Amino acid sequence: MGNTWQPSCSLELLRLRARVLRDIRCFFTERDVLEVETPLLCQGIGTDPQLEFFTTSYCLPPLRQTLFLQTSPEFAMKRLLAAGSGSIFQICKAFRNGESGRFHNPEFTLLEWYRVGYNLSQLMDEITELIALLFAGQGLEPPQRVSYQAVFQRYTGLDPLVFSYQDYCAYACGEHIPEAVALCGHDHVLWLDFIFSHKIQPLLGANALCMVYGYPACQSSLARTHAENPAVSERVELFIKGVELGNGYYELTDAVEQDKRFNGEITIRQHCGLPVPVKDQRLVAALAAGLPDCSGIAIGLDRLLMLLSGVGSIDDVLAFPVGRA
Amino acid sequence: MAIYSTNEFKAGLKVMLDNDPCAIIENEFVKPGKGQAFNRVKIRNLKTGRVIERTFKSGESLEGADVVDVEMQYLYNDGEYRHFMVQDTFEQYQAEQKIVGDASLWLKDQDFCTVTLWNDAPLAVTPANFVELTIVETDPGVRGDTSGGGGKPAKLETGAVVRVPLFVQQGEVIKADTRTGEYISRVKE
Repeated sequence: MGNTWQPSCSLELLRLRARVLRDIRCFFTERDVLEVETPLLCQGIGTDPQLEFFTTSYCLPPLRQTLFLQTSPEFAMKRLLAAGSGSIFQICKAFRNGESGRFHNPEFTLLEWYRVGYNLSQLMDEITELIALLFAGQGLEPPQRVSYQAVFQRYTGLDPLVFSYQDYCAYACGEHIPEAVALCGHDHVLWLDFIFSHKIQPLLGANALCMVYGYPACQSSLARTHAENPAVSERVELFIKGVELGNGYYELTDAVEQDKRFNGEITIRQHCGLPVPVKDQRLVAALAAGLPDCSGIAIGLDRLLMLLSGVGSIDDVLAFPVGRA
Repeated sequence: MAIYSTNEFKAGLKVMLDNDPCAIIENEFVKPGKGQAFNRVKIRNLKTGRVIERTFKSGESLEGADVVDVEMQYLYNDGEYRHFMVQDTFEQYQAEQKIVGDASLWLKDQDFCTVTLWNDAPLAVTPANFVELTIVETDPGVRGDTSGGGGKPAKLETGAVVRVPLFVQQGEVIKADTRTGEYISRVKE
């Protein structure tokens, strides 16, 4: 055991975390955004095939029920929005099974907020203001907004919206990642994940907030597709110093479309032999009752603290990462 | 042989990659919030010594490689093979020069070294970190110089050439670091 009873972060980082939490609460309170709490233990869970969830067993004899630890508070918060809450924010824990590394801990802290009546561009304005507040004095350059297609083309010369197997393979071989060919095959989405995370993301937001919008529609299950260009979705990702910090949407409000996407993802899960989740019927019902026009985003606060303090590992900002939990 | 998943790729783990035994150096988990998880792995090919980077889908696996490091005594060179022996068991191994490589520049008869075995055959030889060897050739030094900024080359009995301070003389025994090829100190007999 040794000294593993001790926190893995410094006491200074505990204080930085407390300050950041306070600043965030002030920011939203001043803007009349309501702080809410929703359950961590849920009956339904996201169907995203790329997110592994934790399963728990709820025992209240003779009742025995499977509950899931939320992968994000998104569904519950949307139910509040549909119930007329107005703009809301939440700071909570989220859980993702099997995710552990320099930038991942299976339990982490999210800031998630929704703005009723905002489109994605207005949401990006507010993100800019929040980041400016939190990074005051850190000397960040002015924020950048760039479309996924533009940034992909700039760094690779490839068009992310049109899949050309031959061009993608030639790029991979030229960039000394020939394993991508066997790994990705003819799977366009996989190619995009591979190339973006290896060759583009590390270069984004060298010393600034970089907001990438207009993701390929094939990559977003909860965002609206763009009204004029159905090949892209109304999704934005935040990067600072090459670190992925957050993901936001102009939210999908169409219950039928949402249900269709859930079913599509469940089929993929079954096909891949992954655990099949219980679809969140209450979210679908809330959407059917009417989700107001809104945009929302989740930001990983642990990574934000990493960037603020300049440490190299998420363990350095957590009191007790999973290895010491 | 055991199968290892990307989650088990820790530094030092020996695995088979492209039919060659390799050692994991570094393993970085890369996962977009919405997207496929990858492991970006830095890996050393134990046959060639080359370090490469390779990306795997998280959850993929590789077969373990039967690679072990064994401390052995270097016995002699018969011109074609160099011979090594495990002290406890007297088990002997022979390795051709190609496998011994630059380690031969530091190997003195009877000295101990590490022989890496792959499927019980020598794959690589690593000399001890520190060795004590006699200088067989170096220019006469300048008297009075105690440390010397520049130093001079000195050839050791095993063939390695290291930079030594000017006061160190031919015939003296020195201690050297085989990893950096640097002189450490003189050894008083």
